[in-house]
Amino acid sequence: MAYVIQGETGDWELVIGLEVHAQVISKAKLFSGAATEFGAEPNSQVSFVDAGFPGMLPVINALCVEQAVRTGLGLKAQINLTSVFARKNYFYADLPQGYQISQYELPIVGEGTLLIDLPDGTTKAVGIERLHLEQDAGKSMHDQHPTKSFIDLNRSGVALMEIVSKPDMRSPEEAGAYLTKLRTILRYLETCDGNMQEGSMRCDANVSVRPVGEQGLRTRCEIKNVNSIRFVQQAIEYEARRHIDVYESGGDIRQETRLFDSGKGETRSMRSKEHAHDYRYFPDPDLLPLVIGQNFVDGIKATLPELPDDKKARFMADFGLNAYDAGVLVAERASADFFEEVAKGRDSKMAANWIMGDFFATMNSGDYSWEKPPVTAANLGGMIDLIKDGTISTRLAKDVFIFMVESGKSPAAIVEEKGLKQVTDTGAIEKAIDEVFAANPDKVAEVKGGKDKLMGWFVGQVMKATQGKANPAMLNELIAKKFKE
Amino acid sequence: MTNLTKLTIAGALNGLSKGEFTAEELTEAHIKATEAKRALNAFITETPDMARDQAKESDARRQAGKAGALDGIPLGIKDLFCTKGVLTSAASHILDGFTPQYESTVTANLKAAGAVSLGKLNLDEFAMGSSNLTSYYGGAVNPWTKTSDPSAKLVPGGSSGGSAAAVAARMVMGATGTDTGGSIRQPAAFCGITGIKPTYGRCSRWGVVAFASSLDQPGPMARTVEDCALLLGAMAGHDPKDSTSAPVAVPNFAAALTGDIRGLKVGIPQEYRPDGLNAEVSQAWEQGIQWLKDAGATPVEISLPHTKYALPVYYIVAPAEASSNLARYDGVRFGLRVPGTSLDDMYKKTRAAGFGKEVRRRIMIGTYVLSAGYYDAYYAKAQKVRRLIAEDFTKAFQTVDVILTPTAPSAAFGMTETTDDPVTMWLNDVFTIPTSLAGLPGLSLPVGLNSDGLPLGLQLIGRPFDEETLFKVAGVMETAASFTAVPEGV
Repeated sequence: MAYVIQGETGDWELVIGLEVHAQVISKAKLFSGAATEFGAEPNSQVSFVDAGFPGMLPVINALCVEQAVRTGLGLKAQINLTSVFARKNYFYADLPQGYQISQYELPIVGEGTLLIDLPDGTTKAVGIERLHLEQDAGKSMHDQHPTKSFIDLNRSGVALMEIVSKPDMRSPEEAGAYLTKLRTILRYLETCDGNMQEGSMRCDANVSVRPVGEQGLRTRCEIKNVNSIRFVQQAIEYEARRHIDVYESGGDIRQETRLFDSGKGETRSMRSKEHAHDYRYFPDPDLLPLVIGQNFVDGIKATLPELPDDKKARFMADFGLNAYDAGVLVAERASADFFEEVAKGRDSKMAANWIMGDFFATMNSGDYSWEKPPVTAANLGGMIDLIKDGTISTRLAKDVFIFMVESGKSPAAIVEEKGLKQVTDTGAIEKAIDEVFAANPDKVAEVKGGKDKLMGWFVGQVMKATQGKANPAMLNELIAKKFKE
Repeated sequence: MTNLTKLTIAGALNGLSKGEFTAEELTEAHIKATEAKRALNAFITETPDMARDQAKESDARRQAGKAGALDGIPLGIKDLFCTKGVLTSAASHILDGFTPQYESTVTANLKAAGAVSLGKLNLDEFAMGSSNLTSYYGGAVNPWTKTSDPSAKLVPGGSSGGSAAAVAARMVMGATGTDTGGSIRQPAAFCGITGIKPTYGRCSRWGVVAFASSLDQPGPMARTVEDCALLLGAMAGHDPKDSTSAPVAVPNFAAALTGDIRGLKVGIPQEYRPDGLNAEVSQAWEQGIQWLKDAGATPVEISLPHTKYALPVYYIVAPAEASSNLARYDGVRFGLRVPGTSLDDMYKKTRAAGFGKEVRRRIMIGTYVLSAGYYDAYYAKAQKVRRLIAEDFTKAFQTVDVILTPTAPSAAFGMTETTDDPVTMWLNDVFTIPTSLAGLPGLSLPVGLNSDGLPLGLQLIGRPFDEETLFKVAGVMETAASFTAVPEGV
């Protein structure tokens, strides 16, 4: 079902392209040896190069180049063995050199593809236009002093990958799916931590609309620096409706840069095209063209991890998972690894259900992480083994799971300690049934008189009497048999 | 011991090693000369106390048998090189009070070789100029004067004018310069000394205030070819901090001065003989050709057909790079700040007050040629023509080993003779700019005086990283010219 917005004059479709700035995972900056750690004291991680001092020169950080190539390979993109750094010139207080070193005409990575996973389980290919390396600027703080602005240059010179999509997305949901998937791939590759709150992944959205059926693109607006996937979707939806309103009231959209106000849920003009900077790009004469060898690229290719799409396909094929479950489990490399460890040699569907159910619920409710999960994969697997061999019922397992979270002990130890082993002794169950029957002769009569609904009540009472330990299948069977007697 | 200032670097090293005098004595003699010749305005910052300390340390090293290649030699440093703890101005108001916490690679190399620094030398603001008159600190004065008008002050050339004046006036034994379009060679010619712009990439640009990154190249200026060879040997070398620094070995340049140029082919480019070329310059050139012939070399007429485009190409490429390189002087982090009502207002006021007229002119030109809609017509086209100019040289060097040309179209001119027309001033570099655009080494040496008593220089151009051939040929010409004239009062 294509996403359309119904206007007064008809149906409109959205055209969306995204530019993502992803901070490269690297200990040092793109052109200087200064550190990149987040949250350091202001201006404590600044070299003379980053501060734009006279006579300072940039020297490329080879690790950042490797990370860009790795990301390019992860996006199934063309790797350009020769690329060129260019200066993007503009004045701002947090841009010490007066230019940003970026790549313009010859980026290190060319066209590629990203497969997005849609909620209905289908996928869609979104084109990647390019990926280039560039320096980040510093940070301006305007709220520290009544008349002055403060500048923190810690971020100045940090390596960013700008990843530009083709205008292939047609709904806010597709944009969200693109960002989710891109983040997943970057995290798999360990080239960006994808943390949008800390700003290590930032998104600009290019939005335009057109009547359904119209070919060609209308004027777009760029919404800058939106810092969550949800806000990107909100911003796109707001912007699309704004365009439709303008067109339908006979107006025209001007190309401009806009900001998203997450408090008000609206976009507003930042600068129009007439006031747009003329960046005067030209090749940076301080840097030679960046030339890498095919063997360098091949070496990186050889160390690529299994990527989410491949992993998902394998989970579906090897573990019999459906597309949705497989998609959820591969969203993080750690969750996929956890699943594989739990599912190995076990009922994979049961493993998936437990992970996506009680495990994720607990994980999200407390102070847990993949380094410190609520239950280890070995214990969760052990618990599934106990269910499978009949030691505990699924119902008891829920209790065992809670005890595992609380104590960190193995499921076998908990079953032993708490006496949670399920009762499969027919005699013991029959005895309990008899006691319940004896205590409730009227209800027994009612059931025998045809009130079948009360059967469930008896099952519950007997289960209660056995502290939940009665094997549910056996209990059902035995109660039915008793009533027939 | 005033005659200590008359020594060459090679001679002084000899005297020091024999213990004929100490580095302290040598330094003191030059400090005295510096004080005596302050009227030349060659220095922006004198550092006599630091020099004395360095000289003392030098003597101690020599005593300990640990003397470096230039140990105890008093030098001057063009004030475009960042020097740790010493004001570095680029002769611009905008760098007021800027004292770097770092030392440029080239000056650090010289220090490591034991050289003593007497201070920072005057230049055209941000090295933009051919007269030294664009310096915020006022122009340096050429120690040479016209016999016809000894009272008229002459320019020392530029941009390394303070360096050339200080070397010629025997205030320092040698100096660092930088050359973007002729800034070492033209002042060397105007002041009757020798200077070499090495191959682009030979000396590190790290810590040198940038003018035009693809052209800037540090180099030495001294009174003899051998001294330049000694200085370059200490200054040069691959620097991983400069991505454009070439990973090539530094030869023993002085060893190239064998005096034997028999069989060498010397290119004489017809394009450097325009109509109306100064007759005395032309004569000096003819004389130079004859000397080389006499020494067994063969002159070969060559053509460098794209020469006429070099000047316009240079005045697109260099300002373009400069407009970007000088963006960092914004009043935010160092140097001059003129407060404003907003960030943009502060920028405007700071840069208007901080930059002189020539610098502002070049920033405007550079900004224009990089602008959307003009980039292809100017900058992109200039880069294409630049390649053609470089190819001219590549082709020429298939048949010749070295090229001989005049260094400048005239001798030094008066400080008040300059016109308001910037293009006339720019023509000073017409013979040096093509070499810069091609990244080739170029050496200027004095070959004689004109009829008004002013020195004239000739330029030798070599293959990339073949400074050795330049030194060899220059050594032969130096001997033949036996240029012993000195400025009045030296």
